[in-house]
Amino acid sequence: MKPLPELRHYERAFNHLARELGLDYYPLEIELVPADFMMEISVYGLPVRLPHWSFGVRYIHRLIQHRMGHSKLYEVVFPGNPGQAYLTDTNSVVENTLVIAHVLGHADFSKNNQLFRSVQEQQGHHIVEQAAAHARRIEAAIETHGAEHVEQALDAALALEPHIDWHKALRRPRYPERPEEETRSEAASDFQRRFEALTGEVRKHEIPAPGQRAPIPPYPERDLLWFIANYAPEMEPWERDIFLTVREESRYFYPVFACQIINEGWASYWHARLLREADFLEDQFYIEAMKTHSDVVRPYAATEQVALAINPYHLGFTLWNKIVDQQGMEQAWRIRQNEDDFAFVRNHLDTETANTLGLFLYSNDRNGKVTVIDSDINALHEAVLASKYNYAAPHIVVEEIQRDNGLILRHDYTVDGIGLDPDRTRKVLQYIKKIWRRPVQILTLDKDGHEVSIAA
Amino acid sequence: MTTQGNWYDLFSRGARDWLRHNQKVRDAVWRSLPETLSGADILGNPDRRTVRIPVHLLEHYRFQLARRESETGVGQGSDVEPGDVLRPPQTDSGEAGGGSGEGEGEPHFVLEMKISDIVDWLWEELELPDLKPRASGPVVEEEWQREGLDRHGARARLDRRLTMKESIKRRIVQPEGAAITDDDLRYRQLVRRPRPATAAVVIMALDVSASMDQRSRRMAKHLFFWVLQGLRRRYRHIETVFIAHTVTAWEFDEAAFFKVSASGGTVASSAFKAAHGIFTSRYDPSRYNGYLLYASDGENFREDREAAFASLERLGEQINFMGYVEILPDVRGATDTETGRIFDRLTQAGLPAARYVLMDEEDLWDAIRTFFRREAEQAA
Repeated sequence: MKPLPELRHYERAFNHLARELGLDYYPLEIELVPADFMMEISVYGLPVRLPHWSFGVRYIHRLIQHRMGHSKLYEVVFPGNPGQAYLTDTNSVVENTLVIAHVLGHADFSKNNQLFRSVQEQQGHHIVEQAAAHARRIEAAIETHGAEHVEQALDAALALEPHIDWHKALRRPRYPERPEEETRSEAASDFQRRFEALTGEVRKHEIPAPGQRAPIPPYPERDLLWFIANYAPEMEPWERDIFLTVREESRYFYPVFACQIINEGWASYWHARLLREADFLEDQFYIEAMKTHSDVVRPYAATEQVALAINPYHLGFTLWNKIVDQQGMEQAWRIRQNEDDFAFVRNHLDTETANTLGLFLYSNDRNGKVTVIDSDINALHEAVLASKYNYAAPHIVVEEIQRDNGLILRHDYTVDGIGLDPDRTRKVLQYIKKIWRRPVQILTLDKDGHEVSIAA
Repeated sequence: MTTQGNWYDLFSRGARDWLRHNQKVRDAVWRSLPETLSGADILGNPDRRTVRIPVHLLEHYRFQLARRESETGVGQGSDVEPGDVLRPPQTDSGEAGGGSGEGEGEPHFVLEMKISDIVDWLWEELELPDLKPRASGPVVEEEWQREGLDRHGARARLDRRLTMKESIKRRIVQPEGAAITDDDLRYRQLVRRPRPATAAVVIMALDVSASMDQRSRRMAKHLFFWVLQGLRRRYRHIETVFIAHTVTAWEFDEAAFFKVSASGGTVASSAFKAAHGIFTSRYDPSRYNGYLLYASDGENFREDREAAFASLERLGEQINFMGYVEILPDVRGATDTETGRIFDRLTQAGLPAARYVLMDEEDLWDAIRTFFRREAEQAA
């Protein structure tokens, strides 16, 4: 059989089997594309995305990696209705068959997982098309306003890409003009009242007397892209559009980012199980597919004994197998619905599993020295999850708009425990200043641990 | 349903954004070109047509935490015990063992720029000061001009419009005739015609006495190099004379001049007398625009003061401009030098002379601008 008809044959068979075993997903469109295009998707995060020179830098890094044979791309899936999956056309039929089974696991996860659902419902299940439309709008802006100006807005917006608050709605309204409105809407929500009733919780801002204008922002604001788009003193409408576009795409990436271990683990569990239960596969085919499986789901390169990073496929796969064995399938369906990486790792990675996996904590000194250090399971959890908070970006909020419309940001160093890199910070502030068009400063710690203000 | 399209090969977004990145790098390099060039080794190979400038990839900045003394991470492996050292400290910081520091081992690339492009760009607004058209140059310049038509000629010069006209005229009397015959063909012709010329000679004089150290000589030669490149791009016919001096002066050809090194005392007048001699004997002042560019560290034997002044005075009456670059080894504030005073006196005497004190390679272009934008500034 030719590759494409053969793949279609397996796709149909796996779809049938998957539904039988209880997987629940939107229809999936699978497309075989050249390896170059796969690489671009992985660089941009989306098949068609807005143009920016920084993607060019990532592209060239990836290209070098690729040429050195360090990376082999199997699949990229975009959740939605229908879901869209891209596979590399140069991979073998065996590899791609395994990948199709894998992709079905992802499709089930993204349809049912709470976090994916909450973001998707607002986004409308068509991110691939939406991103392409964004790209076209920005190309039109380049035509009208010139590459330099659009680039200026994109420099700032993309630098702030991780600084959103995904808890807040996609179409988020401005702050209420009068404080009492806020009392009704946000502050008086059921959750908010119960939260404030907890011991030790204090309302951060007093509600100003009626009639008085509410301060902006009324509380430290994490949603920087939204805030600047709404409150910048002299922003052009098209610049605002760029900021909200970047925010929208960033919101879309959040579940993908926060559910890496659990999602890859789930997909790996399912490709392994689907292959195992597929009576339509020839023995030889199955053995080759399992070879590919063990290449992907392994803790470290075959020639090594130790890796200084964990393979999320391997960790997730191990945890899911344990959950299904010990707690049964019913519980597994619930976990895939309710948990993200934070819950998944904390709830299911226990000391025994960590020891079996050979997980360890190490310190990497500035001189390059790497030493294994003693650790307990809680320290391991936090180290695994450390890079997952807030897209691994520092915690930054809007503190205040000054009388002269100057913008004051604050770095929440109590969370990060260390100050910002001053040179890079100044550069980012310069990006922002070109859009805010008034002085911009940020409060953070210097290298001696004193609070400083960096300005642009 | 699995499908396979083939439109993806048509374009690459990654390549498009990469090219945009390169354009930004190129723009940044252009903006700081004079500073960048002062570091580039261009004299080593005079035949070289390009300058290679190493550049780093641009970084799109984001808020980022400062680096800690030590970062923790999670690894996986068999038989690993607390206290095991998995990687020893790296002694050489350039040898990045991966993850030990960002920026190290970053890919960087080499930007290759044509010297002629650079020179065109830098010399855009520069010109020889006070250039006058002279009655007729010694070499009567000739150039090709279009003139007349003929039935024979090079294919490229076939005038299709006129050929068709001939054909139409002929076919009015010969209705059955061929569309085009050999007699219809019309070729444009070229002839050589003399052209009025502005002739110029630039005399470059360099002090190579013992007090001029390696760095100063290099700076002077860089200056001469860029001036020469610029003048050659800008003026089609320009004569050059190269003189180096210690207590006596020698004339060199260009290649030897850029390699010359010597030691000894300083008698600047020797060079000025040589320049004067060469100018008056070889180049008729009524026909040539003359320029002198002199580089020195400002030291000169005091006994030579009057002789040097007198020879420059005589030269100044015949040539258009005398530029003096004083190269000081460091910021000592001692700009009041022997040679410096001579040039100041010349300027006060109303002669076309100017002086520029050069302390750093980065000011090289500033020096060139001072001399060669003189006229524009005067006009303004």
